[in-house]
Amino acid sequence: MDDNLVRQVTAHPSYQALKSRRNALGLWLTVAMLVVFYGFILLVAFNKPLLATRIGEGVTTLGMPIGLAVIVFTVVITVFYVRRANSDFDRLAAEVQASVAKKGGRS
Amino acid sequence: MSRSILGVRTPLLATAAIAALAAALASGVAYAAGADLGQATQQATNWTAIGMFGIFVAFTLWITKWAAAKTKSAADFYTGGGGITGFQNGLAIAGDYMSAASFLGISAAVMVSGFDGLIFSIGFLVGWPIVTFLLAERLRNLGKFTFADVAAFRFEQTPIRLFAASGTLVVVAFYLIAQMVGAGQLIKLLFGLEYWMAVIIVGGLMMVYVLFGGMTATTWVQIIKAVMLLAGATFMAFMVLWQFGFSPEAMFAKAVEIKTGLATTAGKSPEEAAKQGFSIMGPGGFVKDPISAISFGMALMFGTAGLPHILMRFFTVPNAREARKSVAWATGWIGYFYILTFIIGFGAIAFVLTNPGFLDAKGGLIGGNNMAAVHLANAVGGNVFMGFISAVAFATILAVVAGLTLSGASAVSHDLYGTVIKKGKADGASELKVSRITTLCLGVIAVGLGIAFEKQNIAFMVSLAFAIAASANFPVLIMSVLWKGCTTRGAVIGGFFGLVSSVALTVVSPAVWEVTLGNAKGSALFPYASPALFSMTLAFFSIWLFSVLDNSKRASQDRAGFLAQQVRSETGIGAAGASGH
Repeated sequence: MDDNLVRQVTAHPSYQALKSRRNALGLWLTVAMLVVFYGFILLVAFNKPLLATRIGEGVTTLGMPIGLAVIVFTVVITVFYVRRANSDFDRLAAEVQASVAKKGGRS
Repeated sequence: MSRSILGVRTPLLATAAIAALAAALASGVAYAAGADLGQATQQATNWTAIGMFGIFVAFTLWITKWAAAKTKSAADFYTGGGGITGFQNGLAIAGDYMSAASFLGISAAVMVSGFDGLIFSIGFLVGWPIVTFLLAERLRNLGKFTFADVAAFRFEQTPIRLFAASGTLVVVAFYLIAQMVGAGQLIKLLFGLEYWMAVIIVGGLMMVYVLFGGMTATTWVQIIKAVMLLAGATFMAFMVLWQFGFSPEAMFAKAVEIKTGLATTAGKSPEEAAKQGFSIMGPGGFVKDPISAISFGMALMFGTAGLPHILMRFFTVPNAREARKSVAWATGWIGYFYILTFIIGFGAIAFVLTNPGFLDAKGGLIGGNNMAAVHLANAVGGNVFMGFISAVAFATILAVVAGLTLSGASAVSHDLYGTVIKKGKADGASELKVSRITTLCLGVIAVGLGIAFEKQNIAFMVSLAFAIAASANFPVLIMSVLWKGCTTRGAVIGGFFGLVSSVALTVVSPAVWEVTLGNAKGSALFPYASPALFSMTLAFFSIWLFSVLDNSKRASQDRAGFLAQQVRSETGIGAAGASGH
């Protein structure tokens, strides 16, 4: 990739938007996953009785829905990211690619 | 109880009071990771299971024949020509990742200690979003065949490829040994055949798949296995829930009642028995020491993002969009699978622990706790279904082993031969030849190691593979892709520090120093279950430090190359195409 092309792309507003939006979203979702997972681990390490608290009349404890929620959360944020990326990010990337291809064709 | 194929310490997890933390953690790591299937007792020959497995093998060999016709170039061999869809790749990733013992082991863990089994499942799942958010698309945009292509993108090729190939081969070696030994133990249980037969069968079939069918055959073996495993596990979980009118509360209540009854029979007072019965509903002995828990969690989470055979799968799809779709599918399937194993574990409490037909004279499970899912298959689906589940469990190992071998062979042929020795000037045909020779060598080595390690306690091996992947491969990869200041010197030194420290700390940890090497209890220098917290931190710190201190000419080249790398990683402009690469 020559310097000229790199300059063209980095100057493109869609590239700027793509880079900052993707990195921000990736960062925040990563932080969210870390908080949820290590939060769960720390809860297991430091507050076992809370997780073993019965929810209602039966034997089901608070730990069960929380554990299930961590699994569901993991899948949901992954799918959330991919949906955002498939629409928003791919559109921006396509704009950048198109503009580069156009300029490349002219020169 | 000592027959447990999870290793003799597993049953102690149930009664945490007498379980030494180290041993409990060691066995916990083992069954979750699917490393240690321990010593198993040979069962009666199971012809139904062998027949079902035979059908699977015949079908996969037919696919290999079809794939072989399509495997002509090095690109076909490494990536199946890059034409696999996101959905297919997602299933293949799931097939690569759901090991025999995450099926048998986690359901057994849930049967023995309930909620604690869920903690493992979660640990194995949470790495996937990290892969999605930080790596999947960038890997596809920057790489061609191996993760070293990505890590070495703007760096001096030789040192970083040497590092990446070492990281790959070490991870692959430990993972392979674990799988081969696991296969040997499983065949005794599931088919009633001898240990050595399994090692030969797995080694031989794996060589055929990879040698002739390359990535295409490996992918389809993994897809078929994933579909069979998911279908079988879904049926079992459905049957269990159906018995309880689809009420989890009813299932939990029955399990607690049975566990309480078992404790009473064992001579506990009513209060103690009730307490022990209810203990499956909350966290028990697994996490006593928060440092170990966090460290182990880090190894699982970031190790997933550094496993070479998993990372390699992102080069089989045509573009970044399909790469990210594949992780979304994989995460969904794997998450679903772990929910199923949880239900299967509770189902085993309800339908296996109370059925004298599945118990030996001492009241333990016939064949050990790892047979929980297999006995449950018999209980809910009869003998034929049990044969099916046994065949699936064994086929699972084949799929994982094929993926590992392929990634080891690629590291040798593409990174070492093609780039380091031939300086990138090797033609595709000779690279392909080297990968096939390497596949043969790896096959022979795997069989040899499988036999050599038969009697060894290898509980630590898969967790070690995850710890190395998290401490060496992952930091180098992420820093080279995301941090402008990273230089060749920093990445190589930091990566090797991570590699060496994770292995060294594992050797002096209780699981190896005391359990495997037989030193006195309490003599281990490193008290925690996993090195990742320390070795990963060391790797990141040294990559940073040695990069910052690097004033060489190469370093300024490395930094100058970042912008072009970033443009390609974000937009895919200039990325390797679907078929030609």
